[in-house]
Amino acid sequence: MIGSLQFGWDFLCFAAIQAPQLRPEAASSIAEGVDHLYFALTFITLFFTFVIFSTILFFMVKYRRRAENERPPDTGEHLGLELAWTIIPTLICAGLFVWASSLYFENSRPPSASTEIFVIGKQWMWHIQHPEGVREINELHVPLGVPVKLTMTSEDVIHDFYIPAFRVKKDVLPGRYTSLWFQATKIGTYHLFCAQYCGADHAEMLGWVYVMSPADYEAWLAGGSTSQSMQQAGEAIFNKLGCASCHLSDGTGRGPSLVGIYGKEETLKSGDKRVVDEAFIRQAIVNPNSVVLAKYPAIMPTFQGQVTEEQVLQLVAYVKSLASEERKTDAK
Amino acid sequence: MSTATIDVHEAPAGSHVNYLNAKYGVKSWLLTTDHKRIALLYLVSITLMFFVGGFFAVLMRLHLIEPQGALVQPETYNKLFTMHGVIMVFFFLVPSIPATLGNFLVPMMIGARDLAFPKLNLLSWYIYVIGACFTLYAVISGGVDTGWTFYTPYSSSFSHTSVIPTALGVFITGFSSILTGLNFVVTIHKMRAPGLTWFRLPLFIWAIYATSIIFILGTPVIAITLFLLGLERLLHIGIFDPAIGGDPILFQHLFWFYSHPAVYIMILPGMGVMSELVTCFSRKKIFGYSFVAFSSLSIAIISFLVWGHHMFVTGQSIYAGLIFSVLSFMVAIPSAVKVFNWTATLYKGSISYDAPMLYALGFIGLFTMGGLTGLFLASLATDVHLNGTYFIVAHFHYIMVGGAVMAYLGGIHFWWPKITGRLYPDGWARFAALVIFVGFNLTFFPQFMLGYLGMPRRFAVYPAEFQVLNVMSSAGASILGIGYLIPLIYLTWSMRYGPAAGPNPWGAKGLEWTTPSPPPTENFEEIPVVTEDAYDYAHSTVTRV
Repeated sequence: MIGSLQFGWDFLCFAAIQAPQLRPEAASSIAEGVDHLYFALTFITLFFTFVIFSTILFFMVKYRRRAENERPPDTGEHLGLELAWTIIPTLICAGLFVWASSLYFENSRPPSASTEIFVIGKQWMWHIQHPEGVREINELHVPLGVPVKLTMTSEDVIHDFYIPAFRVKKDVLPGRYTSLWFQATKIGTYHLFCAQYCGADHAEMLGWVYVMSPADYEAWLAGGSTSQSMQQAGEAIFNKLGCASCHLSDGTGRGPSLVGIYGKEETLKSGDKRVVDEAFIRQAIVNPNSVVLAKYPAIMPTFQGQVTEEQVLQLVAYVKSLASEERKTDAK
Repeated sequence: MSTATIDVHEAPAGSHVNYLNAKYGVKSWLLTTDHKRIALLYLVSITLMFFVGGFFAVLMRLHLIEPQGALVQPETYNKLFTMHGVIMVFFFLVPSIPATLGNFLVPMMIGARDLAFPKLNLLSWYIYVIGACFTLYAVISGGVDTGWTFYTPYSSSFSHTSVIPTALGVFITGFSSILTGLNFVVTIHKMRAPGLTWFRLPLFIWAIYATSIIFILGTPVIAITLFLLGLERLLHIGIFDPAIGGDPILFQHLFWFYSHPAVYIMILPGMGVMSELVTCFSRKKIFGYSFVAFSSLSIAIISFLVWGHHMFVTGQSIYAGLIFSVLSFMVAIPSAVKVFNWTATLYKGSISYDAPMLYALGFIGLFTMGGLTGLFLASLATDVHLNGTYFIVAHFHYIMVGGAVMAYLGGIHFWWPKITGRLYPDGWARFAALVIFVGFNLTFFPQFMLGYLGMPRRFAVYPAEFQVLNVMSSAGASILGIGYLIPLIYLTWSMRYGPAAGPNPWGAKGLEWTTPSPPPTENFEEIPVVTEDAYDYAHSTVTRV
């Protein structure tokens, strides 16, 4: 049903979409779908505004007061009309809700094979790190046609990562991970804005997104990759902080082995069950007592203040890599 | 509508003893418990605040003529939009119609001599003034730069500006809203004239009643929220600070739990005014009285359940998003029902083009646009793109300025002869209505386009490609600013030089038009007895006097 609705709108939207300056460049896999909904809503708005306003103007002319002593008779109530103009807008709204929500639902779930890139917002710049280790500031290079998932956090206040050309936006929160994903469909350079007011230079917290062909992207990564990968950096921090002295890989340590823990469901001391994801690992580093696993003592000290958000992300990348190592071992 | 007849037709208006000339002197005003005088105290205070807030808006629009900013430093710009929002929302829009027209009209429309608690009413005004002083102090002491939304942790841990005085001002003023709401609810329940049943009430009263419910239920939540913000800022108790286990998003939940219903605090009274204007100037009974009345109540109730639509991009769960989206669509329906009923009221009426009616028509057009553009934001997929952009700014200004302020001005023009006993120059009033309508659209329509093109709000500087639309918007703002100054001038002028108004210059129904203009202190010589429905123009012989 949604498909046919959209097809119907395609025709009406054609002129609007062709017109320049009515929409930003559409450079992601979801942009066209969002634009169709937007133009449908625009038509509904203009249509009803026109109908209501022209009806009023018509009445104002036709029924203008001709004599001061006019006493028009009552037109009474009309249940049928009342029901009609309650039910018809309700149906229109229901249709819009279904359309918008299903689109949102599709757009909310990153494909499982997404490339991951990490984003840290701070007053007033964007730090970006690729798993391969390349770092960027206020620039984001992404490959064309590949789903990219951003995992984001903030070092200070709430920011918001907004790429108008991709029609994506998500708040970037301190103390928490949020994520968004997109698949770029057009090579080019696009605005990156902070869309949540974050203080003095909020309007300057902007950058550019570069969409490159996958080959160019690989070349760019190789050219910039002078440092370690995130996983390697994470491993180095892991060893430097002495994490390995408790988290022995064979499971005999005072803390749980981290090999293969990522993505598993674990039981906490409180009895709750939680899947070990990025947010869980972050919490275990900065506030370990809140996520102690059953069967293990609550003896881990907090590392809040000793590691930066960037280092936490590197540690997360390292723990995640331990999961894939296990999978490789299983496969063998 | 009433059986009370008052023979004032021959007496020159203003010469009788009325609430304005019954007593003289500053003390007689500052210690008055007369709801009509308190309404005027509010009128003066909120007008002052409106022009302070408007001045900030004009500076902002001037600044945005150039992409790199034409006027001020970014820090100053951030303070301008914050102070504009705080003053306009909490010190103008929230009290606007309820505290001025509501105060003046609730007792008059229901045939009472005053509100239920006259001293409490005066206290409300003093509380408002104290709150306003704190906020104005914040302006003078360097301003505040958090945005009117006070989002944490920026407001609690990062901003170096006068957050606490501002929040304290809003906190204090909230009590004025609560007390006013309480006063209205008790008055409407207990003090209606004999025969004035609930379904004979003017729809303005229904709207004020629904608004009062939100005042009473919603305002304590913003008080709590701002109190916690103050504690967090002073003592770092850690409710909103993630560094010590708090949750900054919790603030947004609490804030919008009040501030979304507050949108309806601002618009519901305007809808009430609309029902009065449309019936009077078409000489028709309102079409679908009970639908209009109950739509006010259903808006008041549903408005408490939609706050999450401000937070679709905060990382809130998809399923919570779905529920808030469907509820947000639902709240649009009763508003649409009202617009349709006003339109149908005009059908086969006897329509005159007096100035208040022009404001009413402006309201319908702009409110319809504002309401329909709300659908873009209730729709999850488009909200993701539009949230935090100029589209939001345009949308809520169509509701708050195009809707609420238009209705407020329409109401002021409608009841001005009753309030002051003077007529204003009708030609100027119609001209101002037109200037405001044109200026408003030129200011805010381009902002819808800017929003979809991706320009975020609260930007002190912006990429050059957005300049054309920004200049259009700024040009509109200058027209709009002049549009608001014109009524200020001729209304002030009319208080001294305007021709005396009769008791009922529009030939309107309603108990307030059965007393002289301005009304005597006790409103009615005798408490009227009501024997008919509201807006029964068809069976009445009321004419313009």
